[in-house]
Amino acid sequence: MLEGFLKYEFLQNAAVTGILIGLVAPLLGVFIVVRRLSLIADALSHITLTGIAASLLLEKKVTGINDWNPVFMGMTFSVLGAVLIERLRSVYKNYEELAIPIILSGGIGLGVVFISLADGFNTDLFSYLFGSVAAVSRSNMWTVLIITFTVILLVFLFYKELFVLSFDEENARVSGVKGHWIHFLFILLVALVIASSMQVVGILLVSALMTLPVASALRIAKSFKQTIGLSVLFGEISVLIGLFSAYHLSIPPGGTIVMTAVLILILTMAYKKINTLFLIKVGV
Amino acid sequence: MNEQQVVEVKNVSFKYEKEWAVEQVDFSIDKGQFLGLVGPNGSGKTTLVNLILGLIKPNKGSIQLFNQPLKHFKDWREIGYVSQTSNSFNSGFPASVLEVVRSGLVSRLGMFRFLKREHTQKALEALKIVEMEEFAKSNIGELSGGQQQRVLIARSLVSAPSLLILDEPTVGIDEKHVTAFYELLARLNKNHGITLLMITHDIATITEHATHLVFMNRTIRFHGTPEEYNQYNGNEPNPIYGHMQQQLNHMEVMS
Repeated sequence: MLEGFLKYEFLQNAAVTGILIGLVAPLLGVFIVVRRLSLIADALSHITLTGIAASLLLEKKVTGINDWNPVFMGMTFSVLGAVLIERLRSVYKNYEELAIPIILSGGIGLGVVFISLADGFNTDLFSYLFGSVAAVSRSNMWTVLIITFTVILLVFLFYKELFVLSFDEENARVSGVKGHWIHFLFILLVALVIASSMQVVGILLVSALMTLPVASALRIAKSFKQTIGLSVLFGEISVLIGLFSAYHLSIPPGGTIVMTAVLILILTMAYKKINTLFLIKVGV
Repeated sequence: MNEQQVVEVKNVSFKYEKEWAVEQVDFSIDKGQFLGLVGPNGSGKTTLVNLILGLIKPNKGSIQLFNQPLKHFKDWREIGYVSQTSNSFNSGFPASVLEVVRSGLVSRLGMFRFLKREHTQKALEALKIVEMEEFAKSNIGELSGGQQQRVLIARSLVSAPSLLILDEPTVGIDEKHVTAFYELLARLNKNHGITLLMITHDIATITEHATHLVFMNRTIRFHGTPEEYNQYNGNEPNPIYGHMQQQLNHMEVMS
């Protein structure tokens, strides 16, 4: 792959984008998991698909917009979906999680209509569903780079507020943290990261990259900062091994990335188990 | 204006939908007091605390904190708040004790300012006060209920508040540790000069430690010192509590 990396631009794009999302997806994923919002990532990734489908449909039916980048339409839908989820959460105060299936199924429903109107599946769509080593363009790579910087900067600026909101929402309110505002900003970032990750991991597997590394880190981390560090480390390992093997096996990277993440999860679980057994044996 | 007044609740009423939860409540807390707020379930104690914290707004009446109307009160770092352990925080949260205590500085720092090494020092000092400094690196989820409660108190102490509000902090803590917990509160009150407002069911224990007591059941039924309360208690029939007397006695038997 290294040789190819130097030779082919598409591989450089995929590798750089992969490394970037391997960093930001688990970084936001930590907050998503500890705030029990894991399913929001799923809902937003499905509504991103709707955006992609809408873009592909427009491209086919309307002449003169061949150069549209479906990723931007995906991002727009994802962000709109995030806004809608927040709206619905305040409408159904006692059933906040209801917002997720409403957006998820609504998104898929609309997506299916768009896909059918565009005369069914094509290869383009397949690469959005499961990721692709070849689909990332240079301009997409730059977009992801900008999003990565924005996410890291904002998480750094609002780290303590995000921490308090995740740990104890009531206390955050008493401490004067502008919870609604920060939560909204956070969900927008999640929407952007999901739309950017989609090309490498695929829509159906984006949420896995946000949650599986965190699930592994939770097994062994002793502090919140450690949880973030380990999640990012596991995310990067999954993306790199996943991309490498996908390239060599000529299959979509989504599957190999997620399977690597699952393997890491199994290893951390085994590690914890062995560790506990050992501690019991030596009587600690 | 009374310089000594930390909290002043004037004729406050609040209703959820149709039902009044708090009705014409009138009382104040002076600097240095340890006030126990006692009442049966559903008597409006937590509602009253939420009103004082500005989390909900009264339908009638007004509240002043440190001689400022609640509306204009901005100095939230003066107030520490500890709620019931059982439902107050995300228990599976992967944070160390030190990180949790440091997070108590959020209100003191405000936005766009970062936690530094000196803040870690402050957090360690707060942990020392609650005698939990040896657990600084432990995961918060691995501690017992009583230990977690101490950590949460340290979190509210780290911003050096002058008023500490506790909502049934001893729920879920075993009896052995409850005594130690009250001793800790008494120490904060006497040695550190922190004014305390504590909601509790445990009449017997709070009467021993608090300097003032308020009994409420939607309205205030008694406000005075433990000595004054003890004079009434047992002298039947008691005009002050009305039908509360039976419930109060029952609760005492339970505790």
